[in-house]
Amino acid sequence: MTNPDTVIASPAATAGGFHPEVVAFCCRHCAYAAADLAGGKRQPYPSAIKIVELPCTGRIDIVNILHAFEDGADGVLIAGCLPGSCHYIRGNLYARQRLDYIHGALKEIGLEPARARMINISAAMGVQFAELASEHVETVRALGPSPLRGQAQEEGNPA
Amino acid sequence: MIVAEKKPLEAVARMLENYDRVLAVGCGTCVTVCFSGSGKEVAALAASLRMKRRIEGTPLAVGEGMVQRQCEWEYLDPLADQVKNYDAVLSLGCGVGVQTLAKRFPGTRVLPALNTLFMGLPTEQGVWEERCQGCGNCVLDKTGGICPVSRCAKQLFNGPCGGSQNGVCEVDATVPCAWHMIWERAEALGMTEALMEIEPAKDWSTSRDGGLRRMVREDLRAPREETKEG
Amino acid sequence: MSLANAAAIPPETTPKSGGNLERVLSAGQFAVTAELGPPRGCDADAVRRKAQLLKGWVDAANVTDNQAAVVRMSSIATGLLMIAEGLEPIVQMTCRDRNRLAMQSDLLGAAALGVHNLLCLSGDHQSKGDHPGAKNVHDVDSIQLVAMVRGMRDEGHYQNGKDIPGGGPRLFIGAAENPFADPAAIRPYRLRKKVVAGADFIQTQLIYDVPRFRAFMKKVVDLGVHEKTAILAGVGPVKSPGMVRHLRQNVPGLAVPETIDVRLEDAVKGIDDKQARAQAWRNEGKRICVETIQQIREIEGVAGVHVMAIEWEEAVPDIVKAAGLRQQPRG
Repeated sequence: MTNPDTVIASPAATAGGFHPEVVAFCCRHCAYAAADLAGGKRQPYPSAIKIVELPCTGRIDIVNILHAFEDGADGVLIAGCLPGSCHYIRGNLYARQRLDYIHGALKEIGLEPARARMINISAAMGVQFAELASEHVETVRALGPSPLRGQAQEEGNPA
Repeated sequence: MIVAEKKPLEAVARMLENYDRVLAVGCGTCVTVCFSGSGKEVAALAASLRMKRRIEGTPLAVGEGMVQRQCEWEYLDPLADQVKNYDAVLSLGCGVGVQTLAKRFPGTRVLPALNTLFMGLPTEQGVWEERCQGCGNCVLDKTGGICPVSRCAKQLFNGPCGGSQNGVCEVDATVPCAWHMIWERAEALGMTEALMEIEPAKDWSTSRDGGLRRMVREDLRAPREETKEG
Repeated sequence: MSLANAAAIPPETTPKSGGNLERVLSAGQFAVTAELGPPRGCDADAVRRKAQLLKGWVDAANVTDNQAAVVRMSSIATGLLMIAEGLEPIVQMTCRDRNRLAMQSDLLGAAALGVHNLLCLSGDHQSKGDHPGAKNVHDVDSIQLVAMVRGMRDEGHYQNGKDIPGGGPRLFIGAAENPFADPAAIRPYRLRKKVVAGADFIQTQLIYDVPRFRAFMKKVVDLGVHEKTAILAGVGPVKSPGMVRHLRQNVPGLAVPETIDVRLEDAVKGIDDKQARAQAWRNEGKRICVETIQQIREIEGVAGVHVMAIEWEEAVPDIVKAAGLRQQPRG
């Protein structure tokens, strides 16, 4: 059912203040490499960011994002290539459209749309990745913990 | 294909207010092709409903099921065991699918998650358009393959109304005027003369207006009289 | 009726409707019709007031049928109030709101109550009106409606082919055409179709672009359609530049040339007072309308004018007078 990649290890939601958990879906060709670069340069980015590597942000499915939230993520970051630089031509543009769709879906569900954000960067932009990722973590921190955090997940198929 | 779109989550949630366990069932035919009732849509709707109800403090168990075609009995049989475990079935099929499920599982409440829109086709990626209303008496031979019943807002049979302008319909400037297209096609095919004939008032008794419609092929029915000689 | 009998009776002694409009047109006189919009409530006096403004100045006046898909007093009921005031109604009927049963029964009733004229229309789409959630009917289209009414009157049968006991309604049948709608090539032929179906008279959409209308009429005359029907050219005074904008933007298939804007602009040059400007625009609007009528009268195949002064009925007598169509109301 749920993609195991997106499962957040049981977060201690309230103990000792709020530590947001943000799942970052990163394109291998840009953001994933940028995150690596940030690490290599000792440029810190928040530990709240849990990276999921994708071949392209165009691979993202709405269901992946919904499952991330269902499993307790406080926020989702989609990090794809700069416009015009997608290795698969328009994958990042599709991801942007799906994010618009997700924003509508989150509203319907009762979650703040601002919990999901997309950024566009290149593989060389390690510093920017760290800055933008921190920015989103702060946005999510301001919104507070997801109401879905730490609750036992309802069983879907009992059979 | 039959084109349907998902109902707003709020509307679906309202139907499920009094239930704790529902089975969402997709359909692998028309509504999968138009991205409204495929396995992914089932997963997305199920997750959305579970989250909404958890946030509201009234958790809902949503199971996920899928059949190849909700509109044929054989395909529904494998669902029987699953259905038993739920209070209600949420169909992500067209209206036909919902009704077939309801008939097949008479003891279970079956609810629609989609609004069935029309018979049509994708005109471009992400866009679907109506092409047929099943009027039961096809006139496409007379109109160059462009249907005035489904594509003209006023269902005109004798040419464009006075609201046709620059090739678009007065009702919606993004909609091409069906009769403009019919005329242009007739010109291209050298068949405008046929459009000069007055098309008499249509017999709508073959349409929805005639009540429940049924098609019967006696040669295909299960033989009923055992004494009948072959 | 047998052919021998038909030939024996001269056409003028067998009126189709017995109405005034038919009498005027068969006598070869230049006909004048106007339009009366029914009220949005049940105020009969509103109808009477408008009827008195038009009475005598026109040969008959159209009564719109839920025009612009907005609910108004029924066109047949309004027509009866007009008859009582001495103004002959041309009852409009759209295909939007009635199926063939309702149409036929309403027409039997209308004829029984003294209505002589009917204008058959497709109808503005309900999405543009005040009940956008309404289900439209369109059981028959406007041409099929014309054919149905002609069958009722001339053959004495319902649309289903069965006899109408005592014969059908004696109605003078009209239809509309928009010379400026697209595709332009089909318009004269569509007009011919309406006439073949049985339209005794045609009223056109508002004409502001006379040369384009002239070109349309040339084609109509070439087809010989004008000999089989009476074509009444639609005209109407503009009230203000705002109305011109509204016509351009919101009325599909309406050609309003820029010369109209220029004339309205010139008309208020040097006038600052708001009321005086409005009056100057109205006067110029009427003048433009009068000139349009005079130009249209010269076009071959035009049998009359249909003056549409929507919610400005009092402009009609001024225009009729200034255009030299009549100097005083006829009794």
